[in-house]
Amino acid sequence: MSEATSNTSLTRPGPASRSGSGMKGFMRATEIDTRMLGMIGALLVIWIGFHILSGGTFLTPRNLWNLSVQTASVGVMATGMVLVIVTRNIDLSVGSILGVTGMIMAVAQTQYLTPMLGYDSGLVWLATLLVGLVCGLLIGSLQGFIIAYLGVPAFIVTLGGLLVWRGAAWWVASGRTIPLTDDNFKLLGGGSDGSIGATWSWILAAVAVALILLGAFTARRQRQRFNFAIKPMWAEAVTVGISVVAVVVATMIVNSYLLPGPLARRYAEARGIEVPEGGLDISFGYAVPVLLFIGVGIVMTFVARRTRFGRYVFAIGGNPEAADLAGINTKRVTLMVFALMGMLAAVAAAISTARLSSATNAQGTLDELYTIAAAVIGGTSLAGGAGTIAGAMLGALVMQSLQSGMVLLGMDTPLQNIVVGAVLVVAVWLDTIYRRRAA
Amino acid sequence: MSATMEDIRDHGRGHHHDDVDRSGAPLVAMEDISIAFGGIHAVDHASIDLFPGEVVALLGHNGAGKSTLIKILSGAYKRDSGEIYVRGEKATIGNPRDAKAYGIETIYQTLALADNVDAAANLFLGREIMTAFGTLDDAAMEAEARKVMGRLNPNFRRFKEPVKALSGGQRQSVAIARAILFNAKILIMDEPTAALGPQETAQVADLIKELKKENIGIFLISHDIHDVFDLSDRVVVMKNGQVVGTAKTEDVTKDEVLGMIILGKCPAGATPGPGAMKE
Repeated sequence: MSEATSNTSLTRPGPASRSGSGMKGFMRATEIDTRMLGMIGALLVIWIGFHILSGGTFLTPRNLWNLSVQTASVGVMATGMVLVIVTRNIDLSVGSILGVTGMIMAVAQTQYLTPMLGYDSGLVWLATLLVGLVCGLLIGSLQGFIIAYLGVPAFIVTLGGLLVWRGAAWWVASGRTIPLTDDNFKLLGGGSDGSIGATWSWILAAVAVALILLGAFTARRQRQRFNFAIKPMWAEAVTVGISVVAVVVATMIVNSYLLPGPLARRYAEARGIEVPEGGLDISFGYAVPVLLFIGVGIVMTFVARRTRFGRYVFAIGGNPEAADLAGINTKRVTLMVFALMGMLAAVAAAISTARLSSATNAQGTLDELYTIAAAVIGGTSLAGGAGTIAGAMLGALVMQSLQSGMVLLGMDTPLQNIVVGAVLVVAVWLDTIYRRRAA
Repeated sequence: MSATMEDIRDHGRGHHHDDVDRSGAPLVAMEDISIAFGGIHAVDHASIDLFPGEVVALLGHNGAGKSTLIKILSGAYKRDSGEIYVRGEKATIGNPRDAKAYGIETIYQTLALADNVDAAANLFLGREIMTAFGTLDDAAMEAEARKVMGRLNPNFRRFKEPVKALSGGQRQSVAIARAILFNAKILIMDEPTAALGPQETAQVADLIKELKKENIGIFLISHDIHDVFDLSDRVVVMKNGQVVGTAKTEDVTKDEVLGMIILGKCPAGATPGPGAMKE
């Protein structure tokens, strides 16, 4: 790269400011977030710990696949909770919104959409999802309106919402459990049918790798265009390499989870495949809800980092008055954040309803707490202004890993709650220390 | 480098010739502005004006109403009564966005920076450069930020860090850069040198002279007469929400201005306002 630039004010930090000794220099050059690294480390400790304690049953393809599916619902909501908390608000109602939108989707599907569009219609799942998304959007917008324009604190509005929407969920179906009728919709919940198999998993992995490379390349070229300092080539190779390896390993894991014998036979019969000697090896591959979760994560990261809306969300969190004086319509942004949160709760409702194949009245109970915990463990500051989508997604995985691991160990539910609660407090305490050091 | 503040100060009265052309319509005129907060008249029938290339110092004690008056001009507060004219035309300013549309930019005393995002994000807050795909063009914004910061603070390097990590002077230059980045016609500087050391203060003084040459009108707000006396063409003194008097800086001494600030006593060289002490 050339040093030349006609404009002398466009000074670039020289090599001296880039280098540094040992670990510090490495971290700086690769621009790896130390907090994120700490979380991945904690996750590995949890995983390996449970693996040893459970006598080798935690780090199996089956358990990891299940873990990924179980994380999806709360994880989807955690991505929205990041933006809510970044704007110095809170949403205590997401579990109840999940409950009521799940119930509405189930009732809409069984009583209206299936009879209307026909039992075999491929549109039922889409129509159901749309109904849910619209309801979530309306509920979130209503709460956002009260918070932003009527000036009632978010804590109170969503605390009220916690009760209101849980009550509404009961009211929709008088407390009954509503089984779903549409098989396509159930794919959103995962299971052997709701997974994409080995081939498609590899195709997706290839696309992901291509996107990672393209992303790194365009970011580099963009910075070169303006003669900014760019990462050293080796650092770029390290970060891109790690991402690519992670994608490949994850794909290998989900593909090595094979359909159990009877299911595989049924699968083969349904598709007219001949069962060879020694049985069939049919991979699950990535589950649909996990892909949905990752998709939501990518979209939300894009929203947070590359759009005006996302920039305003963070600016409001950093200094609401400054955002106002800069001419940002802070009320509208706040309303939109809650509307988005409501919609994501509906996505989570679709996943968990499809997974259970039915909507129940208690669905999503306490999910608000797991969602907030996931966001906070993922590095979202309750003081506002700081947080990442990827962190919250990892936070959701940490929370779910703890729960799944304890179930695997056969721990009692009360003890599980005690551990989860304690871990949350300790995690935030550690984060406080980290922040104080970083400041 | 021009003369320091200290050099100029020694000349006292009549330090420079008033070469402002006041024949046309004022750049901005605020007429008979009032605003009350819960029965307290923060600004009480105040009128001020500003011509192209002119620096008007707005002086007064803390709580005299200067900042409030100016926040009405910048759109942060809505006035109860009175009119604002920009270049002779009645202006509707209901929020900060309106004010910016008239070319009115403000450097607030608090700086009003979003501490958690970087300098470029702050410079373009509310007016981001977008790519053809409707996404934020961070690289382009950083390039612009480097240009304008290079002019104000050539040693500034920390473009990737959130502004809370910057020093007081660096933060101040970010706030000033934001105000001049968008071709301001009218600049409001609320205590611009409060957080600065002597060298940075001199830099701000140079900048003000440069902007004056570009025919930008500047309201300079301060509670400290020494800060602004030598930079201003006219002084307006406020007390208890009212204008005590307006004077060409060359027609009054610092002592007389101090008398206006403290006692509300309007000297012979000044035009008395509604807040002047009655004889």
